[in-house]
Amino acid sequence: MWKTIIRRILIMIPQLFVLSLLIFIMAKFMPGDPFTGLVTPDTDPNRIEELRIQAGFYDPWYEQYYRWITNALQGEFGDSYSFQVKVSTLIGERGLNTLWLSLLSVTLLYAIAIPLGIIAGRYQNSLPDKLIVLYSFISYAIPTFVLALIFLFLFGYQYPIFPTSGTVDVQYDPGTWGYFWSKVYHLLLPAITYAILGTTTIIQYLRTEIIDAKRMDYVKTARSKGIPISKVYTKHIFRNSLLPIAAFFGFTITGLLGGSVFIETIFGFPGMGQLFINAISARDYSVITALVMLFGFLTLVGSLLSDIIMSIVDPRIRIE
Amino acid sequence: MANIENLLTIKNLHTSFRIKDTYYDAVENISINLNKNEILAIVGESGCGKSTLATSIVGLHDPINTKITGEILYKDLNLAAISESKFNDVRGNDIGMIFQDPLSALNPLVRIGEQISESLVYHTKFTKEQRKERVIELLNQVGIPNPERVVRQFPHQLSGGMRQRVMIAIAIACKPAIIVADEPTTALDVTIQAQILDLLKELQAETKSGIILITHDLGVVAEIADRVAVMYAGQVIEEAPVEELFNNPKHPYTRSLLNSIPQMNSENEKLQVIQGLVPSLKNLPREGCRFSSRVPWLDANTHEVNPVLHEVSPGHFVRCTCWKHFDFESAEGGN
Ligand SMILES: Nc1ncnc2c1ncn2[C@@H]1O[C@H](COP(=O)(O)OP(=O)(O)OP(=O)(O)O)[C@@H](O)[C@H]1O
Ligand SMILES: [Mg+2]
Repeated sequence: MWKTIIRRILIMIPQLFVLSLLIFIMAKFMPGDPFTGLVTPDTDPNRIEELRIQAGFYDPWYEQYYRWITNALQGEFGDSYSFQVKVSTLIGERGLNTLWLSLLSVTLLYAIAIPLGIIAGRYQNSLPDKLIVLYSFISYAIPTFVLALIFLFLFGYQYPIFPTSGTVDVQYDPGTWGYFWSKVYHLLLPAITYAILGTTTIIQYLRTEIIDAKRMDYVKTARSKGIPISKVYTKHIFRNSLLPIAAFFGFTITGLLGGSVFIETIFGFPGMGQLFINAISARDYSVITALVMLFGFLTLVGSLLSDIIMSIVDPRIRIE
Repeated sequence: MANIENLLTIKNLHTSFRIKDTYYDAVENISINLNKNEILAIVGESGCGKSTLATSIVGLHDPINTKITGEILYKDLNLAAISESKFNDVRGNDIGMIFQDPLSALNPLVRIGEQISESLVYHTKFTKEQRKERVIELLNQVGIPNPERVVRQFPHQLSGGMRQRVMIAIAIACKPAIIVADEPTTALDVTIQAQILDLLKELQAETKSGIILITHDLGVVAEIADRVAVMYAGQVIEEAPVEELFNNPKHPYTRSLLNSIPQMNSENEKLQVIQGLVPSLKNLPREGCRFSSRVPWLDANTHEVNPVLHEVSPGHFVRCTCWKHFDFESAEGGN
C-alpha cells in the first residue's frame, strides 16, 4: 500500500508540471500586467517600461517560466501588488482562515447530514423521513448566496447574535481561550450556512444507500441469525451505507479548502475564496497563478486521499 | 423410519405480497410438516413460491408489504403470529437459514469469524474465548482448511464453495433443530455442488436436524431428500416420499418435471415437456385447477372445481383429479 501511495505521489509531479505550464501560458496571454495597475495619470511611461525590463517582462517565455517555477517550488510566488505582501504570506494567512472554516463546516455538515440520512433511510416513508426529504429539497433549491444573505440579515443585523465579518475580535491576544472562542464565534455563521447547503447530497445519498442495503442478502442473513434489528442496522446496514460517503470525504475536504466564494464574500470572511475573487478583479496574476496551482494540487491530493480512505474502509478495495 | 418426531407443522399458510394496495398470494394455503432427522425437498419452477415459503418460515418478510396468515407451529409457538423480538429467540437458535448466493449473503465488510460468532453472542452465554473456539470448531466441521486464518479473512478472499461452507457454519452455529436451505447449490460449480450436498447430508446425519431443502434440481432431490413436495403457482400439488415420487409420479406437472431431466440413454427420444411458464403473481389463476391452462386439451370436467390433495397411497398426495386423464401421448396430440 505504501508503495502505491508513493507511486501515486510521483505521478502527481508530471501532472502538476503540465498544469503549471498551462497556467503560466494563460497568465501570459491575459491582458495587462502587474505594472498596468501602478499607472496613474502622472506616471512616466518610460519609468514603467524600465520596470518591465527590470522585472524580465521581455525575456523569452521559457526563461520567465523557469524563473517562476523554480521560485514556486521553493514556495515563493512573488509579491502581490494589490495587497503589497508576499503571495506566500498572503495565501498562508488566508489558507489558515479557510482551513478552520472548512474543518468546522465539515464537522457540522456530517453532524447534521449523517443522523438525518440515517433516520430517513431507516424509517423510510415515515413522517420524519418525509420532513427530512422536504428539508433536503428546500436546502437544495436555495442558492448559496440567498441563504447566506438571509442568515446575515437575520442573525447579523435583525438579531445580531453573530458577527458579520472578520475572523476574530481585536481585544483578544492570540493563544488565549477568549481568542479561540472569538475565532469559533466568527466562523459559526458561515460554517452553518455552508453545512446546511451541503447536507442535501449527503442526506439523499445516505438515505438511498440505506434503503438499498435493507434489501441486500447479507441483511437477510444477519436477520436470520436472530440478532436484534438495531444491531442489524448498526453493524450491517449503516456501515455499508456510509462507504460511498467516506469515499467522497477526500474530495469534500480538499474542495472546501478552495474556499467558498459566495460565503466568504458575503460574510466578509478573509479566506481563499474571497482572495481568489479579489485577485481576479485586481488582475493580481502572481496571486491568481499561485491559487490555481494550489487548487489543482488540492484536487489531486483529494483524489489520492479518497482512494486511501476507500482502501482502509473497504477490504475489497486495494489501491493498485 | 421408526419413531417419527414432528418438528415443524405448517397449516393453511398464506403469504401474500402487496402490489398497489392489493395483496396477492405467492404461497397459497400450504399445509406441510417437517420431521426430525428428515430432509424435505421443495421443488418447482422459478416463481412458484419456494423462497416465499422459506422466508415465511424464518420470518424474514418485510411486514409492510407482506401478509402472512395460517400457522407455522414450532414447539409451542406459532411463528406466523409471533412478535419480532420473540422470533429473534428462535431464528438462528432453533432455525438456521442457508441462502442461494453465498457471495451476496455474506457481508463484504465483516470478517468471517465475526459473521459466524454473531449469532453465538445472542443465543449462547459463551465468553469471547469460547465463541472463538466454537467458530474454529464450526469451520472444521464444515470442512474449511486452515480455520485460524479464515476467521480473519473477508468473504471476497474465499472461493464460492468455501463461502457456502461459511454460510452453513453460520446456519448451524447454535445447533438448530431446523435448517432451511434455499437453493444452497444453485450458484456453485457442479463439482462443488456435490461436495456441499454431501456436507449437508453429513451434518444432518450427525445432528438429526430437519432440513427443508429448496431446489429446482431433481438430481439434488434424488440424491439427498427423504420426502418431496412439488409446488406449482403457490400451491403444493404433489407430496410423496422420494422413491414413491420418482417411481410413481401422478400429477401432470410432476411428470413433466421428471420428464424434463435429460436421460443419458435416451438420446433419440424427444424431450417431453409441457409448454408454458408459471404465470406472474398478479396473473396467477385463483380458481379451479391452477394447472389447467397448461394442459388445455384436457376436458374441463377432468379437473375438480376446488382441487384438493388426495391421498393416493400412504404418504402420497396429489391435487386435483386431472392426473387420471393425463398422458404424454395425448399431450403431443394436443399440441
Ligand atoms: N417481496 C415481493 N414482493 C412482491 N412480489 C414478490 C416478492 N417476492 C416474491 N414475489 C413474487 O412471488 C412469486 C414467488 O416468488 P418466489 O421468490 O417465492 O419464487 P421461487 O419459487 O423462489 O423462484 P426462484 O426459483 O426463481 O427462486 C413470484 O411471482 C415473485 O415475483
Ligand atoms: Mg427462490
